[in-house]
Amino acid sequence: MADQTLPIPGSLDVVSPQSADETFLERLHDWVVTVDHKKLGILYVLYATLFLLVGGAEAVCIRIQLAFPNNHFLGPATFNRLFTMHGTTMVFLMGMPMVFGFANYLVPLMIGARDMAFPRLNAFSFWLTAFGGFLLYFSFIGGFGLYGVGSAPDVTWWAYAPLTARAFSPGHSTDYWALSLIASGFGTLGTAINIIATIVSMRCKGMTLLRMPLFPWLMFVVSGLTLITITPLTAAQIMLVIDRYLGAHFFDTMAGGSAVIWMHFFWIFGHPEVYVLVLPAFGIANEIIPVFSRKAIFGYPAMVAASAAIAFVSLSVWAHHMFTVGMTSGANTFFVLSTGLVGVPTGIKIFNWLATMWGGKIRFATPMLFCTAFVFQFLFAGLTGIIQSVAPVDWQLHNSYFVIAHFHYVLVGAIVFNVFAGIYYWYPKVTGRMMSETLGKWHFWLFLIGFHMTFDTMHFLGILGMPRSIYTFEADRGWNNLNMIVSIGGIIQGIAVLIFAYNMVMSYYRGPRAGVDPWDAWTLEWTTTSPPPEYNFAIEPVVRSRRPLWDLKHPDDPDWKYEQ
Amino acid sequence: MSTLSVAQMPQEQPWQLPSRGRVAMTALIIGESAIFTIFVVAYVFYIGKSPFGPTPRQILEIPIFNTVCLLSSSFTIWLAERSIEKNRMRDFSLWWSATVVLGLIFILGTAREWQRLIYHDGFTIRTNLFGTTFYSLVGLHATHVVVGLVMLLLVLIFTLTGHVNQRHAERVQVLGLYWHFVDAVWVVVFTVVYIVGR
Repeated sequence: MADQTLPIPGSLDVVSPQSADETFLERLHDWVVTVDHKKLGILYVLYATLFLLVGGAEAVCIRIQLAFPNNHFLGPATFNRLFTMHGTTMVFLMGMPMVFGFANYLVPLMIGARDMAFPRLNAFSFWLTAFGGFLLYFSFIGGFGLYGVGSAPDVTWWAYAPLTARAFSPGHSTDYWALSLIASGFGTLGTAINIIATIVSMRCKGMTLLRMPLFPWLMFVVSGLTLITITPLTAAQIMLVIDRYLGAHFFDTMAGGSAVIWMHFFWIFGHPEVYVLVLPAFGIANEIIPVFSRKAIFGYPAMVAASAAIAFVSLSVWAHHMFTVGMTSGANTFFVLSTGLVGVPTGIKIFNWLATMWGGKIRFATPMLFCTAFVFQFLFAGLTGIIQSVAPVDWQLHNSYFVIAHFHYVLVGAIVFNVFAGIYYWYPKVTGRMMSETLGKWHFWLFLIGFHMTFDTMHFLGILGMPRSIYTFEADRGWNNLNMIVSIGGIIQGIAVLIFAYNMVMSYYRGPRAGVDPWDAWTLEWTTTSPPPEYNFAIEPVVRSRRPLWDLKHPDDPDWKYEQ
Repeated sequence: MSTLSVAQMPQEQPWQLPSRGRVAMTALIIGESAIFTIFVVAYVFYIGKSPFGPTPRQILEIPIFNTVCLLSSSFTIWLAERSIEKNRMRDFSLWWSATVVLGLIFILGTAREWQRLIYHDGFTIRTNLFGTTFYSLVGLHATHVVVGLVMLLLVLIFTLTGHVNQRHAERVQVLGLYWHFVDAVWVVVFTVVYIVGR
């Protein structure tokens, strides 16, 4: 495969091999000042992987504490800090950078562009995001104001007022939390704008919107959604900082302010955020499932329409996080119905993935394993979501482990699984080496077993009444064995992720050479060398269908004969 | 490069995508609108909820002159955009300077209003909920005016030193888009703060 060059403009490798005698300092300088979308994409993904390990370690600590009743592994204050940091890290420092890292690397390649629309804005956005992340973690040493002792934020990742007021959260840890999210929020906004401009203005010749691969399509939808969902959080954080520093009264109930309005502002961001994270994961599945089923994606226009519909409906469901606050029955009904409505376009997608696999010649390589598990886990996650969207059920289950189980099923079972699939799938393109399949299978099966031990069991704990965010529990509640199983599952997942990290590092040095197109895929990124040269394509590609590489490989039976 | 104007593209190249500058500015405006929406919602939600005074009616004066200045700057910047497109650089610098002056009048007017409120009426962001929402909403808008003015001034300096010409028409228009947005937001802020909230 390595020597095979496809007869396509752009696959011509005229790049001079990078001089190997660069010093470490020169190479570091290269990476710090780079404006290349591929290098920035790699930086994003490495940054996110680092925080995946950090946030995962925090989760393992939490689970060790909860493995036994009346355990003293962590104190209550440390426990609060750890689950706050775990949530904040996984959403803002792992999820978002991971998603935007994939977009950064792949969108220009998939649409046949030279780079993003604004390469310098791209670099700025990354470093702003990175600054936000390190600012958050700096609170571990600077949280009390650098007196030599520090503390991390302990206000939970949704940070309800009035807990965040000066009176209840003295010191600087809450400020670090707010400021770091404002900083990374602006970084995200910059990247979202960049992706939109890239997709609208930089597509190669012939790539109409309806010939664009689905991953860029979903990133387009996600970036549009990001524009209107990250910004409310930024606005609310600005209000919080004004409250804390200038003595204002936005969330100060003593002066007539409202704590509930913070909840509204937070969840106006918080719920669409789930879709900001999960839609790119869908995009990854949309690329991988067809290639490994050897069939074109089923119902391409329906996929696009369903994604747009999900984004649209997701804007009007936020208050289903707040059924227990005591809204009017009219408001409750509205949010019950709108939440149920999300299930329709999501269901369309699941049927489309199944129909793509149906009758296909499925190859169960590691990426496909993760994607297959994803389809079923996501279905289950969606179903428990529909259960909780019914307000009376939510009154019963609110703030219990059932909720934790549900959203981890989405965030881990759907998003993290697809992120792993995506890394296994595009790693050969990025590094020129294949990842080890053996370690990949170990990773998959261990992670799958650990995942189901942990999160399936959590549903039962929730139904048995175990509330979230408690640092320990009494031995007589009947939760002991279940908690033990959850914790063991968590540790198994941790081991699986370590195998994955090891695989990622080792394959870079020892993996077999990948060549241009190791998976026999159909989109434009597989027409250029692995890793692609800095300019991506020597000659700007021209496409005539959704699967340009299929057309080249099968000139007798090209796709454009059948597509409108 | 997107700096090529649309008119220069010959007929034989039908593959024409929108300019990335305009697309990005539109996206930025959508994002900014969401930020403003949250602050406006907070303002409207808290109208009349302060348990103690002063109330808007007691201390706010309607800034008619300021508003007229800012809104007419939208007109002058549009004239400037048209001039640069037709390569009339003298007209461009004239209208651009007028825009800058009108913007400066607005921001100075806001500064004087705040000075009166703070030093004369002793009304600050800590005073009550009205102070909190008033200073943050008007302040958020004023911040956007200041950012816009800095960029307008940069263009003005480059124009006066002769570095701006017809090739930059599109970039100037993208900046104009931002300025129009700042003006449009003022219409909302003005309505909410000085008419509905008063």
